[in-house]
Amino acid sequence: MDVVWEHREAIALAFAYTVLLFVFAGVGSLIGGTLLTAMRVGPIKVLRWAAAIYVTLVRNTPLLIVIFFFRLAAPKMDLRFDFVDVVLPTTVGDVRINNIFAACTVGLTVYTAAFVCEALRSGVNAVPLGQAEAARAIGMPFAGVMRYVVLPQAFRASIPPLANVQIALLKNTTVAGALGVSEAFIRMRGLLNDNPTARISLFIAFAAIFVVLVEVLSFVANRLERRVRVA
Amino acid sequence: MTVHRGAEAAPTNGAGQALVRLAGVQKHYGNLHVLKDIDLDVARGEVVVVIGPSGAGKSTLCRAINRLETIDEGEILLDGEPLPAEGKGLARLRADVGMVFQSFNLFAHKTVLENVTLGPIKVRKKSKAEAETRAKELLERVGVAHQAAKYPAQLSGGQQQRVAIARALAMDPKVMLFDEPTSALDPEMIKEVLDVMVDLAERGMTMIVVTHEMGFARTAANRVVFMADGAIVESADPETFFTNPESDRAKDFLGKILKH
Ligand SMILES: Nc1ncnc2c1ncn2[C@@H]1O[C@H](COP(=O)(O)OP(=O)(O)OP(=O)(O)O)[C@@H](O)[C@H]1O
Ligand SMILES: [Mg+2]
Repeated sequence: MDVVWEHREAIALAFAYTVLLFVFAGVGSLIGGTLLTAMRVGPIKVLRWAAAIYVTLVRNTPLLIVIFFFRLAAPKMDLRFDFVDVVLPTTVGDVRINNIFAACTVGLTVYTAAFVCEALRSGVNAVPLGQAEAARAIGMPFAGVMRYVVLPQAFRASIPPLANVQIALLKNTTVAGALGVSEAFIRMRGLLNDNPTARISLFIAFAAIFVVLVEVLSFVANRLERRVRVA
Repeated sequence: MTVHRGAEAAPTNGAGQALVRLAGVQKHYGNLHVLKDIDLDVARGEVVVVIGPSGAGKSTLCRAINRLETIDEGEILLDGEPLPAEGKGLARLRADVGMVFQSFNLFAHKTVLENVTLGPIKVRKKSKAEAETRAKELLERVGVAHQAAKYPAQLSGGQQQRVAIARALAMDPKVMLFDEPTSALDPEMIKEVLDVMVDLAERGMTMIVVTHEMGFARTAANRVVFMADGAIVESADPETFFTNPESDRAKDFLGKILKH
């Protein structure tokens, strides 16, 4: 455990990357997934199709491939993230948000949004159609029907599957390490190489931190679910 | 009980400009011809009861009037204006047509008060305070004011339906459509909903009501429209229709429902 303590700052910095990737991609995927859901259940055929194709395509592609696409193929299509270069100073060191970090965030967002869409769509299906009709009947346009009537109930119904999607995202951030973001996984691999004798305690430490983070997420989801449950 | 109406009320078929006019309306579901050349004029302040056997197309007719269903041919005018096909214009016209469903369809995640204020605030752009004042008035009128803070699931069916009526009224509609508003209710709750509807009729609201409640038709309706197989078969004042129907279809139908 001495090795873990000795490298506590490096480990904390690594998890700062992990958490940032998670927060950006988490928020992004919730927004993107919500828009995809609206497209999928909306009145415009082309958008319904586009969303369905997106979800099928992205959901069935390995995450690593999606992320590599944004890192390596997207620049060839003039989709670059070079304009991203921010340094966040922290007490444990600088967090550098650069083009690689951005590509990973976009990849994670695009990938997770497909799953958010699926989770949310099951929630939308749980909202009785009659309520949407009643909303249309009082003159609400489609956007209003979704925003005020359907989506609030759909979110409530899909908090558990949405929480699962976000938990998967938290763990999926480790893939960003493969592209060179110094997040938790990469840091762990480095420490394992440098400290062959302390491998067990390093594994335990990293796993334990992930467990704590996931538990925090689960706790928040549970609280949220209880708070919004309709009487 | 008889309904006393104001002086301006209810000329029958065709006189003056109709508030709701359906002309040559056709609709198909695949091979099924659900609305066959429907012509119907409803005057301002008129109460029209639509009856007919199951599958006659009564719900489809109601839903076509505020365009929850599209029609294949013909036109539907509201206050002289044709229903726009899509978009903002359609939404605005829909707001002028109140609709009450068999299954209430209250917004489950909103309180009774919020159910009634949502439309006025988001569609009519009223202030929250103004919408709430009006909502409370309406809830008072339909007799559920003391339930304002509850959620729909905490209310009885009859109470929910009365809230649904208040929700529709809050939009200040020109016409109210009711699609079997009491069919999903236990017998002891039917009267409380019908009473609210009779009251509305007395206040001069233009209403199109799909119902098999003969009592309501006799009390409040100016006209009964009998539909079968997607067509309007007969249209007459309630007394004439119930005591002396013309068509065999209507006689047959009345024979069946009056036996019970
Ligand atoms: N979405 C739909 N797709 C296909 N057929 C439909 C659809 N909606 C209704 N129908 C059919 O159209 C016909 C008319 O239906 P509608 O609901 O208007 O009848 P109704 O007179 O209201 O009957 P009820 O008294 O049972 O409510 C029925 O035969 C019904 O099966
Ligand atoms: Mg019906």
